[in-house]
Amino acid sequence: MNGGDAAGRLVRPFTLTGGRTRPARGDFTLITMVTAVDPQPSGGTRSQPEQARIVRLCAKPIVVAELASKLDLPVSVVAIMLCDLLEAGRISVRQPRMISRVPDLDLLKKVRDGLGRL
Amino acid sequence: MAGSDPTPQGISAPDTVKILIAGGFGVGKTTMVGSVSEIVPLRTEEPLTTAGLGVDDLDGIPEKKATTVALDFGRISIGQDLVLYLFGTPGQQRFWFMWNDLSIGALGAVVLVDVRRPESSFAAIDFFERRKIPFVIGVNGFHGEHPYDPDDIRESLALPENTPVIPFDARERTSSRDVLIALLDQLIAASAH
Repeated sequence: MNGGDAAGRLVRPFTLTGGRTRPARGDFTLITMVTAVDPQPSGGTRSQPEQARIVRLCAKPIVVAELASKLDLPVSVVAIMLCDLLEAGRISVRQPRMISRVPDLDLLKKVRDGLGRL
Repeated sequence: MAGSDPTPQGISAPDTVKILIAGGFGVGKTTMVGSVSEIVPLRTEEPLTTAGLGVDDLDGIPEKKATTVALDFGRISIGQDLVLYLFGTPGQQRFWFMWNDLSIGALGAVVLVDVRRPESSFAAIDFFERRKIPFVIGVNGFHGEHPYDPDDIRESLALPENTPVIPFDARERTSSRDVLIALLDQLIAASAH
């Protein structure tokens, strides 16, 4: 692998995660909603600038995919950083609906009606 | 699930759902996402690891092209407490390992077909059929023109009669929206049985 700049661009984000390439837990899908806990817990370890940036960006609820896009970082990197923030009690997460294949008629109708109003 | 529920006081996070927009390379997926999304389509890039690729898949692929896979997505707010996300699936076959992750928890999919080269969407159709993920076919007309009958297209794709085939124009917001509505109608009909 000697991709020069391209390789550097890909490897560098993982320095933010201490070299980890997988999150410790699988809580973060692309559309998992993340919200900063307000007020932030006091004490604890000093956070990286990127962690502080994530906390600022999720002052209002935001999904993982949007967060990654705004940070210009791979989703896999953002998921690892979010794990750390969750462990530190600095964010809360809300999982997406319809994780199973069990149909939820009310949910489907709600989406259908919403699209009809566009 | 630990950490799932307590939302910070004052802000309640909306529920999220997603629909996949699939089809061959260059068939209009990002165009469709862009025309119905309330935001300019966003993009994330993932580094590819060898874990995700069979060694054979790397043969003949210039290294730089194989280093990232881009994912374009858009958003439609369904009222205050529910947000629909649209994810354009990566078109090239070598990125398909991502489709498994993407398809988990999806309501369903829209498979876009370009009638000038329908074979570029065969693999997407196979993918959703095998996993029993509900889908509709959106026939994206070149310059908005639709010279072929939807029934003929359905037959040529060897799809069951109840699979909706909808001619539309991915550049048009209402036209793209109508394809999504057709998918939801299909899902509602199926779950009412």
